[in-house]
Amino acid sequence: MTDRVVDMDKPNGPVAAVMLAGGIGIAAIGVVTTLSAASESFAQLMAWNAAVGPLTGKALTSTAVFFIAWLVLHLLYRGKEVNFNRIFMISMMLVFIGLLGTFPPFFELFAAE
Amino acid sequence: MEISMRESWTVLHGMLFGAAFLLAFAGGFADLYSLKPEWVTVPGLQERLGRMKIGLWVMALVAWATVFTGTFIVYPWYRARPPEGATDLANFPRYLLLASENTAEWHRFGMEWKEHVGWMAPIASTVVAYAVTYYGPVLARKANERRALIIFFIVAFLAAAAAGLFGAFINKIAPIR
Repeated sequence: MTDRVVDMDKPNGPVAAVMLAGGIGIAAIGVVTTLSAASESFAQLMAWNAAVGPLTGKALTSTAVFFIAWLVLHLLYRGKEVNFNRIFMISMMLVFIGLLGTFPPFFELFAAE
Repeated sequence: MEISMRESWTVLHGMLFGAAFLLAFAGGFADLYSLKPEWVTVPGLQERLGRMKIGLWVMALVAWATVFTGTFIVYPWYRARPPEGATDLANFPRYLLLASENTAEWHRFGMEWKEHVGWMAPIASTVVAYAVTYYGPVLARKANERRALIIFFIVAFLAAAAAGLFGAFINKIAPIR
């Protein structure tokens, strides 16, 4: 019974933090993908490995953005109750940015000639 | 009956890791959706949550394994540049696809989308695994949070499904040997 009471008191901050970080990480994939399409020099900057090409930097940068954002947001929201619906809506907007930015007909609009 | 080292990695990436994630989605989705206090007993909830936590973390790890093997092991073979003047492009799938207007869109749209969108799946599934682990049984009483997690889980599935579908088609048309 005590466990249940303690569990019910769990603040939503850590979950809001990982959800927002997820949105940020996903948006980062879209942003770096579109930037790579738009700028050859940016694409070269992302090519950390010759065999894999720019996908190396795009993938690892987005992954790092997700984990760093999670760590920072977790520290900020730890033990707090936040407006979950608002955080979720922002996360969904970020997910949409990620989906749009990785969709070839979209990022090719910015393709460098 | 032989299988090359490259084909083995492709099978591991797509058929084992990728397909396992997609198959496991149905179970995870059903568990998340039906995690309602009026539908489960207390012992049932505890049994289910133990299974869900393990299952969701395994799914997240499998999703990370899928994108890492795909990007850093299989993809370099896909995009390898043929030697100058080469006419047989069978071992250079990217250039084989681009050599014909009939197949070029498989690279320009299919591969270009697949190689990026797939990376959303491990991020989204890690979000779900962590949230379920953090809340535990409390999640059954948090309808908003559970709904949000179901949406993230669907995002993970759709990203993996798009990547997997194009991967299967592309490997059919221009296989990695």
